[in-house]
Amino acid sequence: MNQLWLVPLLPFLGAAVNGALGPRVPKWLTTLVALAAPGGSLLVALVVISEWRHGAPAPFEQVLYAWTRAPLRIDVAFLLDPLSAVMTFVVTFVGFWIHVYSTGYMSHEKGYQRYFVYLNLFMGMMLLLVLGNNFLVTFVGWEGVGLCSYLLIGFYYDQEVPPQAGRKAFIVNRIGDFAFLAGMFALAQRFGTLDYRKIFAAITADPHALQTPYMLGLSFAAFVAVCLFAGATGKSAQIPLYVWLPDAMAGPTPVSALIHAATMVTAGVYIVVRTNALFQLAPGVLWAVAIIAAATAVVAATIGVAQNDIKRVLAYSTVSQLGYMFLAAGAGAYAVAIFHLATHAFFKALLFLDSGSVIHAMSGEQDMRRMGGLRKHLPVTYWTTLIGCLAISGVPGFAGFFSKDAILGAAWQAHIALWAVGTITAGITAFYMFRMFFMTFHGRFRGTEEQHHHLHESPPSMTLPLVVLAVGAVVSGWVGTIPFLHRDWLGHFLAPVIADVGHGHAHAEHGPGLEAFLVGASVAVGLLGIFVAWRLYGRDRNLAGEDAFIARFPAVHRVLANKYYVDELYDAVVVRPIAWLARMCFRVIDTIFINGTVHVGAFVTELIGDLGRFTTTGNVRNYSLYFFTAVIVLFCWLVF
Amino acid sequence: MEVAIFSIFAFLAVAFAVVVVAHPHPVKSTMSMVVVLFCLAVLFVLLGAPFVAALQVLVYTGAILVLFLFVLMLLNIGRERATPSSQPAQRWVALIGAAFFAGFLGMLMWRTHGPDTLDALTPDYLSIHRLSWDLFTTWLLPFELVGLLLLVAVVAAYALARAPLPGEMSAPPGEATALQSLAANGERGNVEPEGAER
Amino acid sequence: MTVPISWYLVLASVLFAIGTVGALTRRNGITIFLSIELMLNAVNLMILAYARLLGDQAGQVIVFFVLAVAAAEAAIGLALFIAVYRLRRTIDVNRLNLLRW
Repeated sequence: MNQLWLVPLLPFLGAAVNGALGPRVPKWLTTLVALAAPGGSLLVALVVISEWRHGAPAPFEQVLYAWTRAPLRIDVAFLLDPLSAVMTFVVTFVGFWIHVYSTGYMSHEKGYQRYFVYLNLFMGMMLLLVLGNNFLVTFVGWEGVGLCSYLLIGFYYDQEVPPQAGRKAFIVNRIGDFAFLAGMFALAQRFGTLDYRKIFAAITADPHALQTPYMLGLSFAAFVAVCLFAGATGKSAQIPLYVWLPDAMAGPTPVSALIHAATMVTAGVYIVVRTNALFQLAPGVLWAVAIIAAATAVVAATIGVAQNDIKRVLAYSTVSQLGYMFLAAGAGAYAVAIFHLATHAFFKALLFLDSGSVIHAMSGEQDMRRMGGLRKHLPVTYWTTLIGCLAISGVPGFAGFFSKDAILGAAWQAHIALWAVGTITAGITAFYMFRMFFMTFHGRFRGTEEQHHHLHESPPSMTLPLVVLAVGAVVSGWVGTIPFLHRDWLGHFLAPVIADVGHGHAHAEHGPGLEAFLVGASVAVGLLGIFVAWRLYGRDRNLAGEDAFIARFPAVHRVLANKYYVDELYDAVVVRPIAWLARMCFRVIDTIFINGTVHVGAFVTELIGDLGRFTTTGNVRNYSLYFFTAVIVLFCWLVF
Repeated sequence: MEVAIFSIFAFLAVAFAVVVVAHPHPVKSTMSMVVVLFCLAVLFVLLGAPFVAALQVLVYTGAILVLFLFVLMLLNIGRERATPSSQPAQRWVALIGAAFFAGFLGMLMWRTHGPDTLDALTPDYLSIHRLSWDLFTTWLLPFELVGLLLLVAVVAAYALARAPLPGEMSAPPGEATALQSLAANGERGNVEPEGAER
Repeated sequence: MTVPISWYLVLASVLFAIGTVGALTRRNGITIFLSIELMLNAVNLMILAYARLLGDQAGQVIVFFVLAVAAAEAAIGLALFIAVYRLRRTIDVNRLNLLRW
């Protein structure tokens, strides 16, 4: 177990080595280093976790060294407990297979080496985030993944859009980070430490002390919970800070798969679950979380219906599914949130990699209106995408069914309105996913002759990860809550992490009748969504269904396609005023005051020079006079 | 008796000093300077320094002022013309400053050394023997250095004042006309300092 | 009655001041030089007066050296003036102002 520190270190090492080797080494060497790092990390993680499982059940801490001492003691240390074990497994497993996929997808890119440096760096940062045993190490990882996200979104830096998208992601994230920091400061001040175990032990020892009013009318627990959740909305793309995620699709597709589906965006969920003790002591905040989550889920789903870029559909789908995770957390079912996090990691990464395969085959085309009929040309991609879509639509047997059902069950227990929104969203989800599926793979090919000519299935480096993740998308469902069988391996596994304070956590058991109703309802809306999509887009109807819809509801379609004009709203309300303020600062403060001060100094010096030069007449008589005057002055001074 | 001599020669010295400073023609200034130096020599004798007085006449008047006259003759310097812009401010400041200075200094001297009775002059004080003895023992080093200084001065004066050798640049280009006109016209270049200042 | 020493000193001061005026006021370089020589002589007078007051003959030795140095200085100064005249055809210090702003 003492090799735990290798898990985050190996990716950093891989990044450093590849960074040092540079782009001019043979590609096989870059690939070798780039794959060895996450692969090694995965292996070590598996070994360490299994060793830990067979040993003591208590969490394992490994302290590397003391980073700061007095007055706030912070160590660089890692914590291996059920939550971090699950997260680590997901991150390393999915991360490794996405690295493998990338070797095929990015093989023709000129930034190949740079890509893997950033990707390995990201892995290291994400592992720091989940394995850190205190808030600060986690925050280092938090910021680090934000940085890598920026670097990788803006990977194609010579184009116009990617750098802007990268900046947008970073800046929006920063707003959330500010809130996160505020929460950390409050915690450090109250507890004198940022260590997870120490803080949560102190909380469970005296929970009610944290419920007295603290700041802004909130109790301490509520304040910190709000801060941390605000940070989570930034990182995990919830309302109001989700706007960066669709634009982040400007990065390479494997990046979208890894960072913006499986790992980085789940960091917010991780934090909420990690600090569930605080959230349990602030029920009001939990309600807010659930409501925001539900709203995000349904809004994002409706936007996804009207998108034509295959990656954008998946992006909004991710936002929506993250809403589901936070909905579970808001309803008190923290283990369920992690459950959905894991299943979603598999099928969403799978779907993104599938879209990458399609884009690769279509020579870079991402508009679904120009696809169609790819079933014949991309068999592996076709079947794996189908599996992914079935998973996300909650079809029984696939992973999404189990996790989504668990969430809806928890939502029902919290409030029926939350359940209703969640169920409706599930239907919409199924619809837009299969819209995507049918538009892409069925019907007639609608692209150019040139694209048709180049259609080909992806190489094994890309198809193998697809298969692996597809298996995961099926199998991962069986580890969590299984309805009717009263089995919940994951829930029991994660139980030690859920604090026993307040009244937050939901109980999983419903009566069998209720259970049947809930399961039936979610399956029904799922199948309904698929059916509608099939009617509109399947059976060789191509785009006729879509065109009919647009003809009948043009305004609705326009609003959805323009994402409810949220970006435009932000631009008008936030971006423009700040830009104006910056311009004013430049014109007034900088140009007039600061430059002016400097100019005044120069001007005075010049003036003195201009006037002073009249003393240098070149006439020796004048100089003698100066001399003589000085002598007299000196004389007077000496005598008096 | 002594007082009378002092008064006369002091008065003469001051009067001719004023002439030195005020007269426009430099040769007349120099001749007045000669008179001043003679008067001072007398005063030196009164102060019990006959040797120095003799030196003054021989060296200062006989050599240095003669040198001055030679140069004036060589350069054919004439009368100094009054000009409109000869910086009157300079003149006034100088006069006032000097008057102030003189008054001040004089007052100081008067105060600190009021009428004293001086010791009578002893033969020892007047003796040259003692002076030269000191000169060649106590003051040997300065003596030798001054000798060296005089040597250096002679060499330097020669080097500065000689005519430039052929090929030797002695003037910045642009000033060549002055040289050429000097060579062309002999020594009879325009020697009167003109009025207009630059 | 002997002449009080202070009379010599005052005379020296007056001569010094006159010399200063000349050095500051005249335009002819050689006359300025002459005025400086006048100042030197005033100082000589003062030194000898003090020597007489203090009864120390060293004053005369000092004056001796001053005399020698004055001679050297006069020689070089006049040589300079000759060189300047060669170049600029004038020794009016108002016109020797190349270092002017």
